[in-house]
Amino acid sequence: MTDSQEKAEEQAQRGPNWLLFIIPVTLFVVLVAFFVRGLSLNPRYVPSPLIGKPAPAFSLPALSDPETILTERLLSGQPTLLNVWATWCSGCREEHDFLLQLARTAGVPIYGLNWKDDAEAARSWLKQLGNPYQAVAFDGEGRVAIDWGVYGAPETFLIGADGKVLYKHLAPLTAEVWEREFVPLLSEARGGAR
Amino acid sequence: MSSLSKGRAGRWAAILALLLTSARAAHAVDTPPAEMEDRFRSYIESVRCLVCQNQNIADSNAPLAADLRREVLEKMQAGESDDAITAFLVERYGDFVLYNPPLQSNTLLLWIGPALFVAGGLVIFILVVRQRSGEGIDDDVPGSG
Repeated sequence: MTDSQEKAEEQAQRGPNWLLFIIPVTLFVVLVAFFVRGLSLNPRYVPSPLIGKPAPAFSLPALSDPETILTERLLSGQPTLLNVWATWCSGCREEHDFLLQLARTAGVPIYGLNWKDDAEAARSWLKQLGNPYQAVAFDGEGRVAIDWGVYGAPETFLIGADGKVLYKHLAPLTAEVWEREFVPLLSEARGGAR
Repeated sequence: MSSLSKGRAGRWAAILALLLTSARAAHAVDTPPAEMEDRFRSYIESVRCLVCQNQNIADSNAPLAADLRREVLEKMQAGESDDAITAFLVERYGDFVLYNPPLQSNTLLLWIGPALFVAGGLVIFILVVRQRSGEGIDDDVPGSG
């Protein structure tokens, strides 16, 4: 058998080889694509299953006056913000000044959910640093926070005029986040008017 | 007993009683009744602590984990089923709160993916072996060159 004939036979026998090479390589590339995408996602940001659903009902004493009972009805009628905070939360201190600014300029009522905090400490905190909230509900036991799927502070919810949860932001609120994520939803919630 | 040891015994009894009641108050939320213990323990080991995401709420020290354990225990004591409690948690925290992702359309690939890889690998293996043994037979037969 000549060299070229041998080579031709070898080539014929080696036929499916390129396929066996291509399949694992393709699978590998697909896997890598998934991993790269996955690495860019942050597992801390668990998507909230509450989006699009009515705000969870609650009935809590007001921080300022335990005789007053606050409910989820506070949050409907117009777009509102519910901010989950506590004196033990450093991120809450970070965003506090921005919340004060927001309360003055944004035209959106901000309600507070004081989570697993000491009521007295919370009251002095607000007195000392300023109070951006229309009202603060005191959730000492954290049961209402569980209903809202809270797992860290601060968290800020945007609720529509119909009382449905539109958005949830984890981590401190900043001007950048407000402009980028809340403002578009807010103008939509207001029917285009700003 | 002498009057001295009676007084001491009385004091110890009082201290013990105080400790027991305060301990009970502190741990009531976490201590299931004996018959529920196994069910409670195995259930809380299947729930993820969202604060320390690589721990379950049984092991996590986060306050949220303690709160969730309390919720689970209260619901079990109220007679709710494991499925009902799971539905409660998932409604609030999403599927991620479960260590065992549910078998749904969006998790199908997650569940059968490994099996698919094994199957794919087997196919490739068989093809390669067949191909190689094809060449081998020729080599074994003397004089075929």
